[in-house]
Amino acid sequence: MNLSTKINKQSMQSFLGSLRYSLYVITHPFDGFWDLTHEKRGSMAVANLIVFLFLMTDLWSMRFTNFMFSNVRWERVNIWSQIVGTLAPILIYCVANWCLTTLFDGKGRLKDIYIGLAYALTPYILLINPVTVISNFVTADEGAFLKYFDTLALVWCGALILVSVMQIHDYSLFKAILAIIFSVAGMMIIVFLVMLFFSLISDAVGFFISVYKEILFRIY
Amino acid sequence: MMKLKRKVAATLLGVMAVLTICPAGVANATEVNTYTYNYDYWGLEYESPDAYTPVSYTDGKALGTTSMKLPKGLYARDNHLFVADTGNNRILELLEEDGKLTLVREITEVKGDLEVLTLSGPLDMFQAENGDIYIADTGNYRVLHVTEDLEVVKVITRPDATTVDQTIEFEPTKLVVDRVGRVFTLAKNVNKGLMQFEADGSFIGFLGANEVVFSMSDKIKKMFSTKAQKEQMIDFVPVEYNNLYIDDLSFVYCTTDVFEEADADAGTAKPIRKLNSLGKDILIRNGEYYPIGDLQWTNAAGMNGPSRIVDITAFDDGTYYVADRIRGRIFGYDEQGHLLYAFGGPGNKLGYFMIPSAIEHIGTDLYVLDSTTGGITRFSRTEFGTLIHDALREYEVGDYAKAAEYWEEVLALNGNYELAYIGIGRSLLREKDYKGAMEYFEVKRDSDNYSRAWKYYRKDWIENNMGYVIIVLIVLALIPSVVKGIKKVRREAREEYELEHKNK
Repeated sequence: MNLSTKINKQSMQSFLGSLRYSLYVITHPFDGFWDLTHEKRGSMAVANLIVFLFLMTDLWSMRFTNFMFSNVRWERVNIWSQIVGTLAPILIYCVANWCLTTLFDGKGRLKDIYIGLAYALTPYILLINPVTVISNFVTADEGAFLKYFDTLALVWCGALILVSVMQIHDYSLFKAILAIIFSVAGMMIIVFLVMLFFSLISDAVGFFISVYKEILFRIY
Repeated sequence: MMKLKRKVAATLLGVMAVLTICPAGVANATEVNTYTYNYDYWGLEYESPDAYTPVSYTDGKALGTTSMKLPKGLYARDNHLFVADTGNNRILELLEEDGKLTLVREITEVKGDLEVLTLSGPLDMFQAENGDIYIADTGNYRVLHVTEDLEVVKVITRPDATTVDQTIEFEPTKLVVDRVGRVFTLAKNVNKGLMQFEADGSFIGFLGANEVVFSMSDKIKKMFSTKAQKEQMIDFVPVEYNNLYIDDLSFVYCTTDVFEEADADAGTAKPIRKLNSLGKDILIRNGEYYPIGDLQWTNAAGMNGPSRIVDITAFDDGTYYVADRIRGRIFGYDEQGHLLYAFGGPGNKLGYFMIPSAIEHIGTDLYVLDSTTGGITRFSRTEFGTLIHDALREYEVGDYAKAAEYWEEVLALNGNYELAYIGIGRSLLREKDYKGAMEYFEVKRDSDNYSRAWKYYRKDWIENNMGYVIIVLIVLALIPSVVKGIKKVRREAREEYELEHKNK
């Protein structure tokens, strides 16, 4: 066994270890999120995988849930906007939360916030995928309970995000709630600024194009 | 000015360019150019072949009399059509023969021992099976019951019951009479429901009053409102019906145009009701949307808000047609509350209406009265409409295979017709072709029926594959112990191996 395969095996084991750790985090959030960043039990690779699975869960659930339980108008679906619509809020939240918490003595770095958020999304993956599968094997009456799983996933993930903010930044509960509210406000500001930026850019580009056209028009 | 025009032209060109680039399906979804249309599962309009086609228009002149003035009521018995020519204080009795209307007589006064024998602004009339005529003589505050020869039998005036407000005049607007001679009438400014009179003219009581629901939001609103606001709130009144129809089973259909636009938006408005003898609304609303007329509307050209239904007529097969006064449209519904088709529109061409005020049917033909132009438009059923009604009838009597045949023919004429897919699916379901039924239901997203078909399909599948199911279950049950066994064997082997090596 040469060295490189040994290292690979080791990193593979640590990867699986921190992946398995996500199951510990969602059941013991206070303990779990503390160790996640402070004891380096979580990793970027696993966080990326979870976010990817979260995205896929979203798409799978849209595609494979039986039509009795979902209302998708296929002629209006755009896979790219669906993907952006799932990923962009995650990234913007991380940035907004980081911007805010660095100003209010939050202990977490951007990386920690991202990892914390990713691990907090685990219940969604674990709950929604089975729901998608089960929806194809039950009748409308039997499937009435399925919508409670959506709510459960939402509440569970929401609670985990709250705890993750508390533990990563070493905040009190009240401060964490405030931080989340202001992060959401910050997300809106970021979106507004981005849109403003793009509209200004396009205006500027339009201006130079019209100047160029005017010059051409005058010369010829 | 020139510059502005050019700008407008450029914008229009731009819009047209965008529209051409847009996927055709999206652009077409809300633009209907046919006379008849329907709504799909998503509440979007789509085009449909004509189910009813306008064939003739008859006004006062064509009947050989003076033109009608604001006619408000229409009633048909066998092939006699009665028109309440309200503005001219008369009732016209017409005879329908081979689709042509001829005037039988003008009723301007009745014979008998009454102070006032002439009619004043009659709004409605009804002819009983024995030929007796009931007239809502609104301007004279009475309901007249006369024989076929116009001899007065009885007069109904304001009942002096305590439940009837004695300060307002009794102005009957619409009336129907059931088989035993009970009179149901609507009166102006009465919002307790229908007034019900015994055959001898005595007042029984009100029927079908709208239940007033007290909501939590109202309560909260009341907590924060001033006294003046509260007084205004008390003015909020329950439904006042605006028209009636009695079917051959003595169920009374009522329509109303009093409802909030928000309720129509949310799809919870109930402008059409079917009352049983206790006054309970028993109209079936199994469609994806309640029967409210148009599902989408814009506020343009002076036509605002949702459809406001003025009249209803019900066929013996349970289908019913309503007229909308806002946009001059006719909506047909089946017994389950599914929209069959909508047609008509505002205008003064044949088949369009200024303000429709009443709708009736003789045989399969529809007659619609326009109060502004004072004319009656006759519609006859096309092949498409006939096939739909045939299919509905066959399903009703239980011949599902035959119903499916009709639905197939409907699909040949209109491949978008939702009820046809669901109808075929239902007949496949009866024939135990569950897989096929599921396909048809899924196309039109009928989850109730799909669920039913799937239930049977699943049951069949499990019964047919019981052997495999049991085998799989046994294997699943055995896997843990087998794995345990293998692990045990391997451990023992390894221990033995290590022991041997140690011994060496």
